[in-house]
Amino acid sequence: MKIVVPVKRVIDYNVKVRVKADGSGVDLSNVKMSMNPFDEIAVEAAVRLKEAGVASEVVVVSCGIAASQETLRTGLAIGADRAVLVETNIDLQPLAVAKLLKAIYDKEKPQLIICGKQAIDDDANQTGQMLAALMNCGQATFASKLEIVDGKAIVTREVDGGLETLELPLPAVVTTDLRLNEPRYATLPNIMKAKKKPLETLTPADLGVNVEPRLTTLKVVEPSSRKAGIIVPDVQVLLNKLKNEAKVIAG
Amino acid sequence: MAILVIAEHDNKALKSATLNTITAANKIGSEVHILVAGFACKGVAEQAAGIAGVASVKMADSAALEPQLAEDVADLVLAISGGYEHILAPATTFGKNFLPRVAALLDVAQISEIVSVEGPDTFVRPIYAGNALATVKSADLIKVISVRTTGFDAAGTGGAAPIVELSVPASGGKSSFVSRELTKSERPELGAAKIIVSGGRGLGSSENYHNLLDPLADKLGAAMGASRAAVDAGFAPNDYQVGQTGKIVAPQLYIAVGISGAIQHLAGMKDSKIIVAINKDPDAPIFQIADYGLVGDLFELVPQFVSELG
Ligand SMILES: Cc1cc2nc3c(=O)[nH]c(=O)nc-3n(C[C@H](O)[C@H](O)[C@H](O)COP(=O)(O)OP(=O)(O)OC[C@H]3O[C@@H](n4cnc5c(N)ncnc54)[C@H](O)[C@@H]3O)c2cc1C
Ligand SMILES: Nc1ncnc2c1ncn2[C@@H]1O[C@H](COP(=O)(O)O)[C@@H](O)[C@H]1O
Repeated sequence: MKIVVPVKRVIDYNVKVRVKADGSGVDLSNVKMSMNPFDEIAVEAAVRLKEAGVASEVVVVSCGIAASQETLRTGLAIGADRAVLVETNIDLQPLAVAKLLKAIYDKEKPQLIICGKQAIDDDANQTGQMLAALMNCGQATFASKLEIVDGKAIVTREVDGGLETLELPLPAVVTTDLRLNEPRYATLPNIMKAKKKPLETLTPADLGVNVEPRLTTLKVVEPSSRKAGIIVPDVQVLLNKLKNEAKVIAG
Repeated sequence: MAILVIAEHDNKALKSATLNTITAANKIGSEVHILVAGFACKGVAEQAAGIAGVASVKMADSAALEPQLAEDVADLVLAISGGYEHILAPATTFGKNFLPRVAALLDVAQISEIVSVEGPDTFVRPIYAGNALATVKSADLIKVISVRTTGFDAAGTGGAAPIVELSVPASGGKSSFVSRELTKSERPELGAAKIIVSGGRGLGSSENYHNLLDPLADKLGAAMGASRAAVDAGFAPNDYQVGQTGKIVAPQLYIAVGISGAIQHLAGMKDSKIIVAINKDPDAPIFQIADYGLVGDLFELVPQFVSELG
């Protein structure tokens, strides 16, 4: 079984984001970029299926600028076998990424695609579901448990009320939630090995996909910040403030 | 042109997130239709018909729709999408699950988690864990939109819309439902609660989480929440997680106990009216956004808080 894992290069989750003064976007110059954390979880899940003998090959795919190669190398260091970069300088929106991934699916014919549930930059939470729709196949989003049994995916999902388990015929798309696994740290020998693994570069035109954005960003602003509060000395004062000043507890 | 809102419900009752979504729809235009897709969901349709600002309720009632699988709900929405320029659903795990499928099948973008309506094609949405607000304009003929419930008030009652029964396409069988494990709780729903008591890694264990926070939540009639660290460590169930990648909440009062205040946590609660933080580390980032901070050992302060409440 072949597994494809789409991975996105995003601002590192520890970086404090700054909005550009001209309102055109977020300042990404000289900030640390990393693999989207949910995609690390996705690569880990795929590599574990390979280690368990369930999967035979894991292919990581990234769409975006040339620097996304670094993200792909990270995936290869975790244990993916090869990588595909769909290179473009156009700002890609989830529908465009889903179409590129559908084209990759048609080329690679994997049985399983494991996406992250959400990219921590656009916070869209769309791509995996869109891809499943374009593939005309089933989906299991927000996975906290994933098993392949008798050629079917059994997936436990984190939903608002608790947990839900689904069974899906393959091919299928699964998106990862935080508790699916804890990704390993890539070891130095594996980082070295990753440099020699194959990385193919394609363009949206090669795949016949139009990636023009559908949404235009008119402006980006900082949210209004909260007024600095006070430190209260003890519980009595706190309660008094909550009752009489903030009036959020009945006095 | 009419606006379609897909109702979130459990086949018995409408979820409150639907009410906020209806308010967002009413800001776009006036004729709002509600789709109630489920099984034995007549009661939900009647509830939806009674909401102010609803012009029509479409009910799709079929055993196949009981689990509201994303594939089947999306196919149904697609089947009735003609005539709608806007399709909205709450940005909950329900809406996030099926709505992007609808957008992809219609070949349009989805605008995720809007917090404000600026015009029929222009919306504001948070990005980067809420550290930036983007105003986006859609060039698509149909706008598919998920609504962040904290951005809009709940619609009230007082409507009397007609209920139209739809014929339901057969299930595509792309996935099948196996089981459901719902968190049982007598407490208010996290997304709709006026007060939330939320615990972090500082609680140390599941026993401490419950021994300390349950009495406080009981006294305040509060819902309970948690940080990711607390959920990962098994102190609280997954659906208690508040944050960028969990639930987004904005209660009147949010009490953060033993939570440091990571960006990802703040993203989920910084729009609360009043924030209280209890933490032993005076430099914890949570104090930078808290209205009232108590510096000290939560194991002493929380029981004191409970006894002061009488
Ligand atoms: C992709 C991604 C998504 C994420 N999404 C979320 C999310 O949705 N929600 C979320 O919450 N996090 C999320 N996180 C995790 C986030 O980065 C933090 O790791 C997490 O919020 C920390 O939880 P915490 O504050 O409980 O733990 P810690 O940061 O360990 O803080 C514990 C606090 O308890 C205090 N404390 C300890 N003992 C006591 C005591 N006896 N009395 C008083 N105070 C005490 C300490 O001083 C400390 O400040 C995400 C991370 C990633 C990478
Ligand atoms: N440019 C991209 N390249 C590869 N994968 C992507 C890209 N954008 C999104 N994805 C995948 O889709 C998931 C969800 O992203 P989003 O819908 O943007 O929140 C991510 O976690 C990735 O797995």
